[in-house]
Order: sequence, then C-alpha cells, then structure tokens
Amino acid sequence: MIYVLPWLIGFVLFFFVPLLASLRYSLSSIQANAQGISIQFTGLANYIQALTINTSFNRALIESITDVLVNVPLIVIFSLFLAVILNQKFPGRAIARSIFFLPVILASGVILALESTSLIEAVNQSSTGGSALGTFEIENLMLDAGLSEWVVMYLSGAVDRIYQIVSQSGVQILIFLAGIQTISPQLYEASKMEGATGYEAFWKITFPMVSPLIFVNVIYTIVDSFASNAMTTLIRDTGFVKFDFGLSSAMAWVYFVAIAVILIVVSLIFSKRVFYQD
Amino acid sequence: MISRLLSLEQWKSWLWSVVRFTLITGLSFVILFPIFQKISTSIKDKSDLYSAVVVWIPQNFSIDNFKQAIRVMDYWATLLNTFALSATTTILTTLSCALAGYGFARLKFKGSNLLFAGVILTILVPPTTILIPVYLNLKSFDLMGLMTLIAGKPVNLLNTYWPFILTAITANSLKAGLYIFIFRQFFRGIPKEVEEAAYVDGAGISRTFVRIMLPNAIPSIVTVLLFSFVWQWNDSFYTTTYLTSSNVMSTQLSSLPYNLAQQVSDGASKADPFYLSMIQDTGILLAILPLIIIYLFVQRYFVESVERTGIVG
Repeated sequence: MIYVLPWLIGFVLFFFVPLLASLRYSLSSIQANAQGISIQFTGLANYIQALTINTSFNRALIESITDVLVNVPLIVIFSLFLAVILNQKFPGRAIARSIFFLPVILASGVILALESTSLIEAVNQSSTGGSALGTFEIENLMLDAGLSEWVVMYLSGAVDRIYQIVSQSGVQILIFLAGIQTISPQLYEASKMEGATGYEAFWKITFPMVSPLIFVNVIYTIVDSFASNAMTTLIRDTGFVKFDFGLSSAMAWVYFVAIAVILIVVSLIFSKRVFYQD
Repeated sequence: MISRLLSLEQWKSWLWSVVRFTLITGLSFVILFPIFQKISTSIKDKSDLYSAVVVWIPQNFSIDNFKQAIRVMDYWATLLNTFALSATTTILTTLSCALAGYGFARLKFKGSNLLFAGVILTILVPPTTILIPVYLNLKSFDLMGLMTLIAGKPVNLLNTYWPFILTAITANSLKAGLYIFIFRQFFRGIPKEVEEAAYVDGAGISRTFVRIMLPNAIPSIVTVLLFSFVWQWNDSFYTTTYLTSSNVMSTQLSSLPYNLAQQVSDGASKADPFYLSMIQDTGILLAILPLIIIYLFVQRYFVESVERTGIVG
C-alpha cells in the first residue's frame, strides 16, 4: 500500500478532484473577479451553448472524430506491416529500424504545427507538386479497374498523408516488433515443414499471435490522436483566451464522452476476436 | 525439375528483397526528407533563397541563420533550462512510477483493482478535460489549508517548475499512467520464486524491491526513462500552460514566429516572410538537434529495451 501512496496522492490531487471540479464548472457559469472566482450553478446551459450556439464546436468535434476513425486503421495496418518487414533479416536492418523510430522523437505538437506554417516547406511542396498528379492517375486506373470510389479515395488519401501516418506509427511499430519477436521460431519451422508459404504463415501464425497487440495499438492510437488536434486547441482557446471556463469545461466533457463511447465500441468489437495463447 | 523449382524460389526471394528495399528506402526518405530540408535551408545564405539554381546545396554557405536563431531563442539558456526540467521530471517520474507499478503488480490490498482502474482512467481521459481545474488549483496552490498556515496565503506555482516536480513525484505527470502500466506488466512477469527466496533470506519488502526487483527491471526502466525524457522535451501542452514566461524549448518554439517578426524586422519595415521562415526552420532544427544526438547514442537500447520490457507479454 505504501508503494502506491505517492501515486494515490497525486491521483486525488491532480486528477480526481480536478475531474470532478471540471464537471462542476461545466454545469455552472464562472465569473472571475477580485476575490477570485465565483461559481454559479446554471444547469446544462454551457452544454446547450456548445452544441447549438457555438459555431466551431460541432465542426471541430466531427472533424477530429472522422480524422481518428480514418487514420487509426491505416496506422495500425501500416505499422504491423512494417514491423513484419523490419523483423526480417536484411542488410542495413539496424539503420532502417533507427530511422523508423525517429518519428517517436520528432513527432511533437509544436514542431508539426510550425512545420505546417513554414513557407519554405510549402513552396518546396508545391514545386514538387508531381505527387498529386501521380495519385490522380493511379486513382483513375483503379476506378477503371472497377474498385469502388470510396475505397479509391481512401487509399489515395492515405498516400497523400503518408508522412502524417509514418510519423504517428513509431510506438506502434515498436510494440508490434517486440510482440513478433516473442513468437517462438519453432512454430514457423513446423509450418515450413508442412509446406506453408510465408504468406500463409503470416495469417495463421503471426496474425493470431499479435492480435492482442493489435487491440493495444488500436487503443493507443485512438488515445494518442485524440490527445492533440483541432478540438483540444478549441477547448484551450475557449478557456485561456476567452476565459470562458464553464463553456470550455463543457466542451471538454462532451469531447471526453465521445472518446469514451468510441473506445467502448472498439473494445467490444475486439474483445471477441482477440486470440489469447493461454 | 528440382533445380528449376529452386531457381524459381530464388527468383521469388530476390524479387521480395528488391520490393522490400524499395519500400524501406522510400519510407525512410519520407521520414528523413523534412530533416534534410531543414539542414539545407539552415546553411543557405539569404541571397540563395530566390536563386533558381539552388535547390539543395547552397551557393553561399552561411551560418548567419544559426546566429539569428540562437540569438532570438536565447538558445543556450533555453537548452540548459529544458535539459534540467526534462531530466528532473524524468528521474522523478520513473522512480514514482516504478514504485506504483510494483505496488500494483505484487502487493495486493483491498481495492487495489479499483485503484488500478484509476490508473487506466488517467490514460484515457484527455488532459484537456482536467486542464482548467488543475490550472486554477496551481495558481492558488493550497494543500488543504497547509500553505495558508505556513506562508499566510495560497502560493502561486505557475511559472515555476513546481507543477512538474509535484506531478512527477506523485506519478501523475505527462503519460505517467502508461509508465505505471509498463512497470506493472514487467513486474508481474518476474517469477514469484525470486522474491520468495529473498524473503526466506530475511529481506523485507523494501529491501527486496531495491536489491532484487529494480536491478531486474532495468530494461523497462530504460524504456520509461527514454520515453519520458523525449515526451517531456517535446511537450508543449503543459509547458505552454504552466510556464508562460520561463524559457523552455517548446515554449520558445511556439513563440518563435512572433519573436522573430518582432526582432528581425527592427520595427520599421516588415521583414521578408521567407527569410523569417528560414530562421524558423533553423530554430526547429536547433530544438530537435540535442534529441537527435542523444538518440544516436541510445537508439540501440531504445529498440532492445522495448523488446525486453514485456509490454507485450
């Protein structure tokens, strides 16, 4: 018990009490004055304002949710694929590994935000604008081949956002790689003896064995991508630029509930399909 | 027949190698491209910006950008501050999270499962939700009337390092829930017999923890140290809220565009936005440079330690 005590103090002081306070703020109107702050209970007024009056809230909320829903499958599949490749033996593997984990270090809020405003970056991107043209042609090719439009748009969108996806998958690759290495090599040897191809071995051995980690990574990716986006910026600005603490708390709670619902749905879907070895 | 089959196999593996090589090189390029670009921009002279000849390698090398960026960012002081802050919180966080992780893994007590659900909750709740109450709390920090008793009034902890130190000691800093989870998973993986042997030999719980469990936990300690250092270094969420005037790398970075416009233009005429952008890129490069240098040294442990931590098992 004594070992958990420091954490418990912090949990109550810096998490639990603030959480309740934030719930209380979201239900009240807060006036800052010379004596400090006065809190007045107003019921659901802040929530109503956020959902029906505030112009940017709904849009930002929907935007960030769709962003996450679009990106999570891509990131998880991409990182599993890369982990499998990085697990194979080839010359330069050590270098390739360290390059792929570099985004873990570099992908931070400020740097990304500044990069998107960087003019030099923008000019260089437009001068190498061939990439957009390239995906356009492939798009047509795939449409001609009879793929549905939705799938094509999704894939070409993924290609255009490759940097974003790569830079968000560092930790996930690391986790998958670690998982793949715990699979005992005997399983692969046995399957090879029985005549399984590498492709079959992946679906019959690697995939079921890492399926708990797919679950972990999906959750991690969702939490990670919800931690900073347009929505959190809006919540912060409402709180610290406009000093409307009540409205800001209400927004934060709506946001939290939305995330919680997504997480619950995802865990329900996954918990039935995950394969546990023991 | 057999030799033909063999050669087909060989063709397949050769083809796969080529595909793999292309993929990995391409993706590595995607990752490294922005860094190369920044390096190339940062050593360009102002006149090279509009030269059509210059794409990657500048015509006139210059370290003027670095000089400007270092001056505007107050680089050396900032570097020192950031390093001190990150190192302190990293070490404290790792200690407190190791303690908590051990507590949750081995020492079962009433309600320990409920409390661990609390840990999971801290991972899941976005920090924005509790930001305002924590902010107000820290602005007039009053530990159940204790501070009023000592100092006569609540203390304002904003713009000091205390918010970071306090949250680090109590294992509630940035992403601490994740670290506790890592430690718990790891300690659960150590066989119980090891501990029992220590108890039989007469060691108490704390002695067992320090002498037996911690040395065994070095891989996970390294992982947590690395992650928490990097994330603290890059964190802009807490630093821009708690430290509005202190010089830490991420606050400097986020106010860099504004400071640049102020200081480079000399007030009279507006400075060339491309030139400002050039210095801004240099600033970003300077901010991540220490991390890249550290990474070059520790990347081996980075990969290996995660593989051994048993986040996975």
